[in-house]
Amino acid sequence: MRSALTCQELVELVTDYFEGALPRRDRKRFEAHIAACAHCSLYLEQLRQTIALTGTLREEDVQPDARRALLEQFGKWKQERA
Amino acid sequence: MNRSGGAGESRAMGAVTADESALVAALRAGDERAFMDLVEAYTPGMRRLALTFVRTPAVADDVVQEAWLGVLRGLDGFEGRSSLRTWIYRIVANIARTRAVKEARSAPFSSFGDEAAVDPERFVDRRWSEPPEPWRGVLDAEARALVDRAVAGLPDQQRLVIQLRDVEGFGADEVCNVLELSETNQRVLLHRARSKVRAALEDYFGDRP
Repeated sequence: MRSALTCQELVELVTDYFEGALPRRDRKRFEAHIAACAHCSLYLEQLRQTIALTGTLREEDVQPDARRALLEQFGKWKQERA
Repeated sequence: MNRSGGAGESRAMGAVTADESALVAALRAGDERAFMDLVEAYTPGMRRLALTFVRTPAVADDVVQEAWLGVLRGLDGFEGRSSLRTWIYRIVANIARTRAVKEARSAPFSSFGDEAAVDPERFVDRRWSEPPEPWRGVLDAEARALVDRAVAGLPDQQRLVIQLRDVEGFGADEVCNVLELSETNQRVLLHRARSKVRAALEDYFGDRP
């Protein structure tokens, strides 16, 4: 029987937990700790916030210049194949 | 898609779907519209990926341009063993890596030293002595800028992995495929990266003195 997880161990297992990479038994220890520890529970929540924030760093525009150049490239490629 | 990181959510890399087969056929037939749709869909992400290798926007633009040329030239040989997106991103990664080496800021895989997710001094007896505090006003533009800087300041491999996973929203297996990483290394790098970005947010938004 393994002992309960400590807080310091838990913060190193968060990604494995999110990724579903923890063996079943470790997952249970992880979840048992979270259920009993408000600090680690907050830590987990902050990592979720961090991940969500990181996901907002996308800009979706293609520069008109780049679009034009690519269209030209495509035209050339098509000719080469013809 | 779940971007919040719930257990076991990683998106399957999958082989080519029926939609993609039709798209590839259209491209091979020289359908300009199909090509421009693809350009619109993938260019921004390709540019961001290129930028994680080479850092200067002008070089990243070159990489993207060259990658599209590579896509067109390779199209006839594309066998659909991975998804079209994975295949395209691998082309970008290969070209960008070569350019980064030329720029002498190549990214050899750094050894995984002992990097703690949280400063060990904040634990006594392996339990929190200085626990995290709630963040105030974290979801604003300031926080975004902070995350942007934190990601930009990460070691190369960590930056690449978090860029693909958390910015682009790729699944774990797709990232392994594009960056040629083992599952374990991918997870370690992601863990280091996320922990550091969280710590940067905490420094700024935490209530701790």
